[in-house]
Amino acid sequence: MPEILERRTIIHSTLHTSAPIQEPEMVEPRRLHTEEMVLNVGPQHPSTHGVLRLEVILDGELVVDVIPHIGYLHRCFEKHAEHMTYPQVIPYVDRMDYIAAMSGEHGYVTAVERMMNIEVPEKVEYIRVLFAELQRIASHSIAIGTYGLDAGAFTPFLYLFRDRETILEMFEKTCGARFLYNYMWIGGLSHDLHPDVLPMCREFVKQSRATHKEINNLLTFNHIFMERTAGIGVLDPQVAINGGASGPMLRACGVKWDVRKNDPYSIYDRFDFDVAVGSSEYATLGDSFNRHWVRMQEWEQSLNIIEQILEQYPINDTTDVQSAIPKRIKPDGEIYSRTETPRGELGFYIVGKGDVKPWRVKPRSPAFSNLSLLPLISRGYLIADLIVILGSIDIVLGEIDR
Amino acid sequence: MQILQAIYEFFAGLLKPGMLSLLLSILVYAAIPLVFILLYALVAILGEMKISAWLQDRLGPMRTGPKGTLQPIADIMKLLQKEDTTPTAADRTLYQLAPWVIFIGAYAAFAVLPFSAVYIGARINTGVFYILSIGSLTVVSILLAGWGSNNKYSLIGAMRSVAQIISYEIPVALAVLTVVLVAGSMDLQTIANLQGGGIQNWFLFGGPKRIAGFGGSMNIVLTPVMLIAFAIYFVGSLAETNRVPFDVPEAESELVAGYHTEYSGMKFAIFFLAEYASMFAVGSIAATLFLGGWQSPFGYTSATIGIFWFILKGLAFVFVQMWIRWTLPRLRVDQVMNVCWKVLIPFGLVAVVAASVLTVALK
Repeated sequence: MPEILERRTIIHSTLHTSAPIQEPEMVEPRRLHTEEMVLNVGPQHPSTHGVLRLEVILDGELVVDVIPHIGYLHRCFEKHAEHMTYPQVIPYVDRMDYIAAMSGEHGYVTAVERMMNIEVPEKVEYIRVLFAELQRIASHSIAIGTYGLDAGAFTPFLYLFRDRETILEMFEKTCGARFLYNYMWIGGLSHDLHPDVLPMCREFVKQSRATHKEINNLLTFNHIFMERTAGIGVLDPQVAINGGASGPMLRACGVKWDVRKNDPYSIYDRFDFDVAVGSSEYATLGDSFNRHWVRMQEWEQSLNIIEQILEQYPINDTTDVQSAIPKRIKPDGEIYSRTETPRGELGFYIVGKGDVKPWRVKPRSPAFSNLSLLPLISRGYLIADLIVILGSIDIVLGEIDR
Repeated sequence: MQILQAIYEFFAGLLKPGMLSLLLSILVYAAIPLVFILLYALVAILGEMKISAWLQDRLGPMRTGPKGTLQPIADIMKLLQKEDTTPTAADRTLYQLAPWVIFIGAYAAFAVLPFSAVYIGARINTGVFYILSIGSLTVVSILLAGWGSNNKYSLIGAMRSVAQIISYEIPVALAVLTVVLVAGSMDLQTIANLQGGGIQNWFLFGGPKRIAGFGGSMNIVLTPVMLIAFAIYFVGSLAETNRVPFDVPEAESELVAGYHTEYSGMKFAIFFLAEYASMFAVGSIAATLFLGGWQSPFGYTSATIGIFWFILKGLAFVFVQMWIRWTLPRLRVDQVMNVCWKVLIPFGLVAVVAASVLTVALK
């Protein structure tokens, strides 16, 4: 611009010395008029993992901003809980994180037992941990399978469902339900372990290790899958901690935090297992690939725990699993107790006033905090990446909306 | 031409020789590929269901007919009965035109496919050129569908698709050009004829010995070039037909169903049919260019057996496309473009240059 201005000035001043020098008019090059587009992803969309609505602001295919809208599955859990007796809350807890109902129950009954200082028989603890870990594998199977679906790979999903079926069969044999169990009761269990479960479990561990290897070959280390997920949606560890992320989402950033290790509950201190964390060996720390990778590793660690349970399980123990269930459940006081579900740290804050009904039950659900970080990690990526990032968070809307 | 003659004589006997009989016989002659497409679609739909079931460790349809073999017919009946909706906000003309344009594109490609020595719809001396240009009609129809639907998902899908198909036409054309350079002809029937006499004469393995010169043994040096060209053509054809891993235009996890999100009933079925038809078309073109077309892999073949080999090779390609679809994840839209511009086109150019230099050197 200065050069043109100079030349024009010279021409002006030589030709019309008396005329006032006018500023030359700069013509802006004509640009195509573009505007941002608002795209509503969900609540009816194949990849929102339930009834989540994402208001996505797009510039072409580039994600400018994401606003998650939740509440489509809100069922007033907290209000319901205030009108139920303590044991009656358990089926409602099942329906929070319906993908991992056993883990949710485990968290709730542990909280109430801590409130009442109940000593649970050793056998019951073994069964609880066994089922919680089986549930973790079942839940991660869905997480990994649907993640494959989000990336466009259909087949791993069905392989994983085949294995999950075995787990559900074990649950069904023991407590009659396949999905929403109401199995763990305060101080005990609804049924003793079915005699078929332990042999089935031994068989399952072998089969599951084979599937684990197969999924690694088919999905995790597939070149296209790695290209799609590596370096996408990078979450900074500091942001993750401040944002309240937990579970695989936090561990993928390299933060070694697992309630089973750091604040052991039940009998987790008896087992030898590693806390899976993300690694920068294959991809950037804290990205979508590492979140998937942490789940794959946790699957393996859960199998290790199950193997140790199978070794240590007191087969000759004939204790009644309902023997420690208190006659009167009227705890007084308040407690915050946390457990590690497949999605992260599930906390229960319970206030009791010596009544059969809790005065307040406030769950701290991991997927809710994890989802709140979605806008932070998906700005500036493409819309295809947004779906991959959302899939890597592994949300369950039942738990987010409650 | 013999077949057209026979049909004309049939009509001439039935009515009377003249313009009307000629017109009718041409119509019937042109409808032969249509009948083939419809029959093949039934096989392909069942094949897709059974192959995916087989890869995914399940049974697939088992209830309709013996082992579920009548399932495609049941599916088509269902689609016919469905309500054919048009969104109120859609551009009605464009919306209703799109499925027919895509089907015309896919059907027209069948005109120059040499099914056997005697049956080829139209033997034109620029068959390869015709195929490449008629394939571009897909772009028009996808854009019509995406714009006409007035749906954001459809529009994004259409935009992706157009960018992708136009880009991938270049490597596909380069790969085809490699064969044309060696064969010295753009007529698909001539290209198929050249490859007679067995597997060693296929263009995939350097082409027929009598072209190569030097007593016919030098075609081995062309083999690597042809293998590269074949790989480029195959990858490019996957992208041109929007198949996995290049199915970004209809990526169901992101764009619901891409450009055909709003279509239902018979219009959706036409999109579906066109996709299957073009899957076979690109497969059989690959077979004609590289794998001998209707020629048998073992020595020379008669015209009737030729049609069997042609369909077998075409279906083999369709099978591979399905196999890939149920195995691989999907690429991202920019990665699709990277594969095209940074990998396929440079290699395609190398293949064209190498083929021309070698062809001249070997003559």
